[in-house]
Amino acid sequence: MIAAVTPTPTWYLVLAAVVFGIGAVGVLVRRNPLVIFMCIELMLNAVNLSFVALSRRLGDIGGQTAVFFVLVVAAAEVVVGLGIIVSILRRHPGANADDLAELRG
Amino acid sequence: MQLVVFVVATLMVVGGAVGVVVNRHPVHAALSLVLTLFGVAVHFVAQEAHFLAAVQVIVYAGAIVVLFLFVIMLLGVDRSEDLRIDPLPVQRPLAAVMGVGLVGLLIAAIVSTRDIPARALGGGLDVAGVPSVDAPPEVFRPIDVVVDHDANIRQLGVDLFGNQVFAFELTSVLLIVAVAGTVILTRKDRRGSPLSTDGDEP
Repeated sequence: MIAAVTPTPTWYLVLAAVVFGIGAVGVLVRRNPLVIFMCIELMLNAVNLSFVALSRRLGDIGGQTAVFFVLVVAAAEVVVGLGIIVSILRRHPGANADDLAELRG
Repeated sequence: MQLVVFVVATLMVVGGAVGVVVNRHPVHAALSLVLTLFGVAVHFVAQEAHFLAAVQVIVYAGAIVVLFLFVIMLLGVDRSEDLRIDPLPVQRPLAAVMGVGLVGLLIAAIVSTRDIPARALGGGLDVAGVPSVDAPPEVFRPIDVVVDHDANIRQLGVDLFGNQVFAFELTSVLLIVAVAGTVILTRKDRRGSPLSTDGDEP
């Protein structure tokens, strides 16, 4: 009876939507730039999950290829973002998201 | 069995995601992120994306979170943030309203398009080593019929180095730019560039 119910791609899409929402709220309410970056990673993972679910549903491997590129871009983004955060926090220890306004040119 | 896997992995993902947002300590938030990433990897395995599950664990949990922890320790910012201080009075209610509205809209869109029949765009996911074009997309094959364990990787590789080879080459450029940019951003310049510390660093 329990084993008869199998998860459909819709379940995965709903889960991805929930995780994306949690990540978006985290970006809005947290003030530590490192935690904001972690919440962005959460949102990227939610999108990856929906890519794989739709790849499964449509029978197309292109969704999984897109996840591969998202992984690469996420790695590059984290490297550059953490470099910027290191530079700022060296000058202002304990800076929060408001202090990042000095990035404005 | 698949339902049990789905429920357990979903609890991991959602629990870790909530933990990232509500943990006061950045190190605890990073460890909650690891829990979420492992849960997503379990979901990938359940959907027979085996290569992506391995890459998820290696790149995300193995490299990106370690990078986060390394920066936390390097900067010495491993202290708690008092979440009870609300700098902008309306920020949290607005964020909650926005989050609930976003999730509601997404779920409404997902549910409303649920019954649209899926077109078979590609040649079918060749997970079992046999073409699966004729199989209805909603049917999840049991795990134990997998006869060729390399089929997912082979199909992904053919698509990556065949259809998407130009994008693949561009990612190499992106990685080089990212590495060079990070080196320039974080070095200590004696001549005093705006991003350096101008000698007030020991």
